[in-house]
Amino acid sequence: MSSRKPTSKPKLAVWKFSSCDGCQLSLLDCEDELLTVADSVEIAYFLEATRAQVKGPYDISLVEGSISTPEEEKRILKVRKQSRLLITIGACATSGGIQALRNFKNVDDFIDIVYAHPQFIDTLSETRPVSDYVSVDFELHGCPINKYQLLELLNATLNRRKPNIPNHSQCVECKRAGTVCVMVSQGKACLGPVVQAGCGNLCPSHDRGCYGCFGPKETPNTISLADWFSDRQSMPKRDLKHLFRGFTAGSDAFRKESERHE
Amino acid sequence: MGKTSGGRAILPAQSLQTLIDVVHSQGYRLIGPTLEDNAIVYDDLENVENLPLGISDRQSPGNYRLEDDPSAGYFAHVVGPHSWKRFLFPAAQKLWSATRVDQGFSIQTPEDETKLAFIGVRACEIKALQMQDRVFSQGPFTDNGYGEKRQNCLIIAVNCSRAADTCFCSSMDAGPRVTEGFDLALTELQQGRHDFLIETGSANGEALLKELVTRKAEDQDFAEADAQLAATEASIQRRMPSNIPEVLERHLQDEHWQTIESRCLNCSNCTLVCPTCFCSTVEDTTDLTGQHAERWRYWDSCFNTDFSYIHGGSIRQSGAARYRQWITHKLSYWHKQFGTSGCTGCGRCITWCPVGIDITEEAATFCEIDKRS
Ligand code: SF4
Ligand code: SF4
Ligand code: SF4
Ligand code: SF4
Repeated sequence: MSSRKPTSKPKLAVWKFSSCDGCQLSLLDCEDELLTVADSVEIAYFLEATRAQVKGPYDISLVEGSISTPEEEKRILKVRKQSRLLITIGACATSGGIQALRNFKNVDDFIDIVYAHPQFIDTLSETRPVSDYVSVDFELHGCPINKYQLLELLNATLNRRKPNIPNHSQCVECKRAGTVCVMVSQGKACLGPVVQAGCGNLCPSHDRGCYGCFGPKETPNTISLADWFSDRQSMPKRDLKHLFRGFTAGSDAFRKESERHE
Repeated sequence: MGKTSGGRAILPAQSLQTLIDVVHSQGYRLIGPTLEDNAIVYDDLENVENLPLGISDRQSPGNYRLEDDPSAGYFAHVVGPHSWKRFLFPAAQKLWSATRVDQGFSIQTPEDETKLAFIGVRACEIKALQMQDRVFSQGPFTDNGYGEKRQNCLIIAVNCSRAADTCFCSSMDAGPRVTEGFDLALTELQQGRHDFLIETGSANGEALLKELVTRKAEDQDFAEADAQLAATEASIQRRMPSNIPEVLERHLQDEHWQTIESRCLNCSNCTLVCPTCFCSTVEDTTDLTGQHAERWRYWDSCFNTDFSYIHGGSIRQSGAARYRQWITHKLSYWHKQFGTSGCTGCGRCITWCPVGIDITEEAATFCEIDKRS
C-alpha cells in the first residue's frame, strides 16, 4: 500500500434526499475523528456542516435519503454523473426508509388527510431506494448508520482496501458480545436472525428483540422466522405484519414477508 | 492433568468460599457460572454469592428458562449459552498492530499474562477443551496465545447432578462423569446435608486441596456420589446414533437437506455457542491517516457466506450447503481431521437455535433415510 499524498486530497460530497438528516449527523458525530476526516478529504459539498460549496466532479459522494419526489428523481442522476464513487448511507437511501410505509397504500389518501392544500404536493406514488435509480458502489445500512462503520468505510476507501462491513446476522453480534439471546431465554420476538449486524448489538444487549434497523442480512429466511413466531409464540398476523414493517419495510425481503401477513 | 490422582476429601458447602479464596490467592482470575440476563453465563467470580445457588434451568429446542428451586445447590444448572472457549479463544482478539516508522513499520503484539481458573466445568466441557487443544495447539499450526493460556489454566470440574432435556453427552462418550483433564473435581451432595466431595486430578489440585480445611471422604460419600451420577446418566433420553459419521457421508445429495434449508435461518448461533467450533476470520484495519494498522481475529461461522468466499464468490450459497457443511464437519469429517467426533453432546446448538433445529433429530432422520435406501 502506497502512502497517500497530501496534495491529492479526494473530494467528498454529502447529499440529502428524503430523510431526517440523522445519518449525515453520524458523520458530524465522529467528534474525535472529525478533524482527521477533514484532514484526509476535501469536504467539497456538505450543507449540513458548511455553506461553502466546491464544484464537482467529486471522488466520493455520500447519499442520504430516499427518492420520493420527481425533483429527486432528476437530481440523483446529476449526483451520479458527478461522482466517481457513490455510497448510499442509511435505511432511507438503501431501502426507502420509514416513509416507505406509504408504498403499501395509495399515497393520495395520505396527502388528503395530512395537507390542507393537497394540490401543492408533488410526490411520487412510492418512495424508493437510490439503487432503483442509479448504480451504487456501496450501501451502508442502518437507521441511523453506525458512525464506526462509516469511518471504517471511509478508511477502507481512502486506503484502497475492502471495508470490514459484514452482511451476516445480528445474532453473530450477540454471540461475539456474549449477549444472552432474548428470543430463546425470554420468548421475545427478535428479527436478529434475518437482520444484518452493524448496530453494535444495541437492542438485544438492552433486553429487547432486534427491530431490524440495519435491514435484511444476506440470504434472510424470513418465512421460517415468521412461522416460528406464529406457531410457537402465537403471534397474531397483524403483529407479524407490523414486525416486518419498521424502518426497512421497503426492502424486498421485509416487504414480501409483511405482505404474507396482510 | 490426568485421571483422579488419589486425593479425596469432603468440603462442607458453607466452606466453598475458602476454595474460591485459595484460588484467588494463587493469582488466578476465577471464572465460573453466574446469573446474568435470564441465563447462567460464565463470568468473573468474586465470592460464593456470585454462584447461582437455588437456580435450575429448563431447556428444549429453541428454549431456555431459569427456575427458582430452593432445593437446588450451587451447580444444579447445566450448560448455558456461554462456553469456556470465549476465554481461551476470544470472540474478538487483537493479534498485532503496526505503526509506520521512518524505515518501514514496527509491529506490536499484545501481551496477556493473566492466569485463568475455571470452576464448574462439566465433563462434556472438558472434552470440548481437549478437542480445541487438538485444533489450536497439537496440530501443524499452533496458536501460542491459546496454548499458553490453556497450559496455565486451572480446571475445577463438577459432576452433573442432573441433565437437561437437550443433553446427550452419554452417547458421545463425553459425560456425565468427569474422568480426566481436571485439577479438582467436585460432586455436590445434598442428601440431608450440603457438602462437596472433592477429588484431585493433578499435582496442582493436590496442592490446592492441602490448603483447604476438609474432612475424610467415607464410603457412604462415594456411594451417594455414584448413585447421583448414575441417576443423571439414566435420565438422559436424547442420543446420537453411533453410525452417523458414515450415514451422513452416504447421503450428501438427499432432498432432506432442502427441508432443513427451509427452516434454517443461517444465523450462525449453533456454531458460535458450540464449545468445539473453532473457525475465525481475520480483519485488517487502518486509521484514516494510513499510519496505523491493526489485525483482529473474530469468531466466524460456516453459516456466513463470506466464510466460503474464494475468488469470484462464495461457494456455499444455499442454506442447505451451509447446514450440510456444519453437521458433516461436526459429525463426520472431524473424525478424519482430528480423530474424534466434533460433538460432545452438550446440546447448546439445540437450545440456542432460535428456531429449535435439533442436531440429534436431523441425525435420526438421516439414519431413517439410510435404512430405507
Ligand atoms: S437476541 Fe436476537 S439477534 Fe441475538 S441471538 Fe437471539 S435471535 Fe439473534
Ligand atoms: S441450525 Fe439453527 S442456529 Fe444454526 S444456523 Fe440454522 S437456524 Fe441458526
Ligand atoms: S454440535 Fe451441538 S451438541 Fe455437539 S458439541 Fe457442538 S453445540 Fe454441543
Ligand atoms: S462446523 Fe463450521 S464453524 Fe464449526 S468448526 Fe466446522 S466449519 Fe468451523
